[in-house]
Amino acid sequence: MKITAEMKDLRDLVESYLKNEVDPVVGTYDANGEFPEKIYNDLLEMGVHLLAVPTEYDGLMIDHKTEMYIAETIGRHDCGIGSAIGASNSSCTTMELFGTDEQKKEFFGILTSGKLASFCLTEPNAGSDSASVKTQAKLDGDEYVLNGTKCFITNGGIAGVYIVIASTDLSKGTKGLSAFYVERDREGVSVGKHEDKMGIRLSNTTEVIFEDCRIPKNHLIGEEGKGFLYAMKTLGTSRNYVGAMAVGLAQRAIDEAIEYAKGRVQFGKPISKKQGIQFMLADMQTQTEAARQLAYYAAELMDSNEDYEAYSSMSKLMGSDVAMKVTTDAVQIFGGYGYMKEYPMEKMMRDAKILQIYEGTNQIQRVIISGKMLSK
Amino acid sequence: MNILVCIKQVPDTTEIKINPVTNTLMREGVASIVNPFDSYALELAVRLKEKQGGKVTVISMGPPQAKVALKECLSVGAEEAYLLSDRAFGGSDTLATSYILSSFIKHLEKENGKFDLVMCGKQAIDGDTGQVGPEIAEHLGLAQVTYATDIKVEDDKTLIKRENDQGYDWIQVLTPAVITVTKSVFEPRYATLKSKIAANKAEIEVLNTESIDIDLEKCGLKGSATKVMKSYTPIKDNNGIVIKEETASASVKSLMNLLVDNKVI
Amino acid sequence: MSANLEHKNVWVFIETEYGKEKKVGFELLTPGRKIADTLNQELVAVMFGKDIKNIAKEAISYGADKVILVEDPIFERYSTDAVTNTFMNLVDKYKPNTIFIGATINGRDFGPRVACRLGTGLTADCTEISYDSETNNVKWTRPAFGGNLMADIECPNIRPQMGTVRPGVYKKPLKQENNKGEIIEEKFDIPEDAIRTKIVETIKEISEDINLEEAEIIVSGGRGLGKAENFSYIRDLASALGGAVGSSRAAVDSGWIPHAHQVGQTGKTVAPKIYIACGISGAIQHLAGMSGSDVIIAINKDKDAPIFEVAHYGIVGDLFEVIPVFIKEIEKYKNS
Repeated sequence: MKITAEMKDLRDLVESYLKNEVDPVVGTYDANGEFPEKIYNDLLEMGVHLLAVPTEYDGLMIDHKTEMYIAETIGRHDCGIGSAIGASNSSCTTMELFGTDEQKKEFFGILTSGKLASFCLTEPNAGSDSASVKTQAKLDGDEYVLNGTKCFITNGGIAGVYIVIASTDLSKGTKGLSAFYVERDREGVSVGKHEDKMGIRLSNTTEVIFEDCRIPKNHLIGEEGKGFLYAMKTLGTSRNYVGAMAVGLAQRAIDEAIEYAKGRVQFGKPISKKQGIQFMLADMQTQTEAARQLAYYAAELMDSNEDYEAYSSMSKLMGSDVAMKVTTDAVQIFGGYGYMKEYPMEKMMRDAKILQIYEGTNQIQRVIISGKMLSK
Repeated sequence: MNILVCIKQVPDTTEIKINPVTNTLMREGVASIVNPFDSYALELAVRLKEKQGGKVTVISMGPPQAKVALKECLSVGAEEAYLLSDRAFGGSDTLATSYILSSFIKHLEKENGKFDLVMCGKQAIDGDTGQVGPEIAEHLGLAQVTYATDIKVEDDKTLIKRENDQGYDWIQVLTPAVITVTKSVFEPRYATLKSKIAANKAEIEVLNTESIDIDLEKCGLKGSATKVMKSYTPIKDNNGIVIKEETASASVKSLMNLLVDNKVI
Repeated sequence: MSANLEHKNVWVFIETEYGKEKKVGFELLTPGRKIADTLNQELVAVMFGKDIKNIAKEAISYGADKVILVEDPIFERYSTDAVTNTFMNLVDKYKPNTIFIGATINGRDFGPRVACRLGTGLTADCTEISYDSETNNVKWTRPAFGGNLMADIECPNIRPQMGTVRPGVYKKPLKQENNKGEIIEEKFDIPEDAIRTKIVETIKEISEDINLEEAEIIVSGGRGLGKAENFSYIRDLASALGGAVGSSRAAVDSGWIPHAHQVGQTGKTVAPKIYIACGISGAIQHLAGMSGSDVIIAINKDKDAPIFEVAHYGIVGDLFEVIPVFIKEIEKYKNS
């Protein structure tokens, strides 16, 4: 993939911040579960979340390739922060694709004021099965009234605005779902339980509860009943972000494993001299490189407006599976030290797992991919 | 406030290594950075501008690639940047360099209005002399305060926090003045993506000996009072004795014996 | 050579503050003497201060042939304009050939201004001074690129030729109480409006009285200490040795100790008799600040730490175990 000087400059800026300010403290925040407020503030100040906001609305949107390049960079340092930016970017995509000019002005204005966005779809009974969404949006005069609980929402507790998928007609399943945007400070919006996660612990994951939350009618995005379609379209691009981020995580794990292997002397020489380790590293890098190429290809297709959805799913599927395998192998290369919290490797393995689950489980990805294949 | 910051693009000396075979400096592949002390100076300048209002201009005397350093400065709060580049400047020692910089500063003042403060880092990490700042002050006939770690303006008084061996002084200085800056608690800020994009797009005006009235005899090697007769890499002798006994006690006892025997203690 | 004809004698500037001399002043009488003897000219100590006649007498006993003394309350503390203008008046009057100035914070403040006003060459932070008999210039040797490169520099065409030298590079000459020398008292009118800076507040940060740059023994702590409280180990060891406390940048950045204690490229440069680096890895920027020390001792649990490449003696071990034992052994030795 050709990297332009401009892309490299932006990436280098983000990378320098992550390397100097995030790397030294990531272990501490992962261990104590505290929210790294300063880091989020700094990244919002830097405008990393604005790469998904169109330039007409004061954003910095360049292209999907650059977005993936930066996603990979963030993945190298922390997938929690990566997930936070990714979730915000998802929400921006929904608005960008389906919102009106007025809605975009309002929504993106919140982003440019220095806040993240958040995507509220999942509920306790609606994970892969979006048709089971029970959060309701009832039209009452000039307003919709929202009632329901969303769970496992990334940025739930810190977002300035939410994209909410709610049902305007429970009898119609997915065809009854509609998309709305809701500001955090609307009455009736509250943040519920804060989840204690296995990994990506630098991200904020909470319940978001709507209790008689009234929003203006014009906060409906697009048409009633099209919410599921909009969500699927959104996830169609945001899954690639996960694929790229996963590549970053995998590559970092490989780089750490190589450095460790060169220094770890057993049986009189560094373990990097052993073919067993060498073969593992070769496999790890080959898989990671393949996942990388897939992610960037999908991004290129998005940028040239070609049919990208299958590739986006493939990228997410492969990237996350590769990240899981590579981080597991990296822990193996670290041996006993890989298991100890004192070393950075076990965190990477814990972080990798979610990549196979969220943004559409890898099982759902297979449904999507085979669906595309068989519909031809 | 109208503030001028002089910056220098330098190799990242923390990365420079010596080629063990040829015993020369290996500069290839070493990144070029804005001199760290100049970054501290720029950060103080931008903070002051944010408080008092005004403008921050950066200039640098250097080869064409110094434009990259100037663009970095634009991305962290400077409004205008100029590159002073001319073959006639090559080989300048600190006397010639400060003469050149002062000449262009006077030129810019004709168009920009007088600068309230001229700031720079206390020294460049390649030359390490720390002389250019005070020499600019002398050429411009201005007051100076060196080793500054903070600046504030109170009731029209300009106060500089100056570091010394025992702690620091707050010094009131009559402006316009030259301030040289050392490492302070105000870490240089990160650019934002927006400012980086804007800075990369910016055009840096290049000034040379044709742009102003300057005495060429005072530039470059001709204008330098000092001459480098020879440069070489220092010889390091790695004859240290490293002790690693079973216990701390045993190690310390060995060390004490060596120190006493060799009359260190 | 023509530049040398009019200008005579070697000057050493003895910086004073609060009526006390900075250590580096007398140290520079050593290279000053060497050059003065080579030129067959006089070594002159130049000093400004408040109530410093005793320092003038000491300078004679350290080998100065003459002292030029300017006493005025304004020189109790440093002022760029007062020192620069007064120094210039003296240079114009006496026309010295060579000038040495201690590379202290203040020496590096006014030295360049004087050099610039004279249109002459100043070589900063010299680590070695010699005479080039081929060119009839003083040869000033100094480090650049953070210590990675050395350069020999001369000022061929103009006099006076000037250089600054860091404290600790030279040892002061032997004191000879019955030396004789002339003390010349000079006085200049220093108009108030010529002084453009004023000290409005002074804050002391180092609690110890020992000046890091003048200390003979320094014990420094770094990242290996783990937390601020553990600087007690460093203080205890320094106390046992009668030394000063220093620090690496990492410890200062972590907020464990004020910046005034920092040794290194962005801190202070020191050259004590003994420098003990505890839990300091030895990054090149730290080495740039202490590699001039006579004896470097390192204590670090990482045998591959770069500090061991410059240390004359090193212990690979846990500093929390080593330092207490070290202190005990020192006490034992002191009492024996």
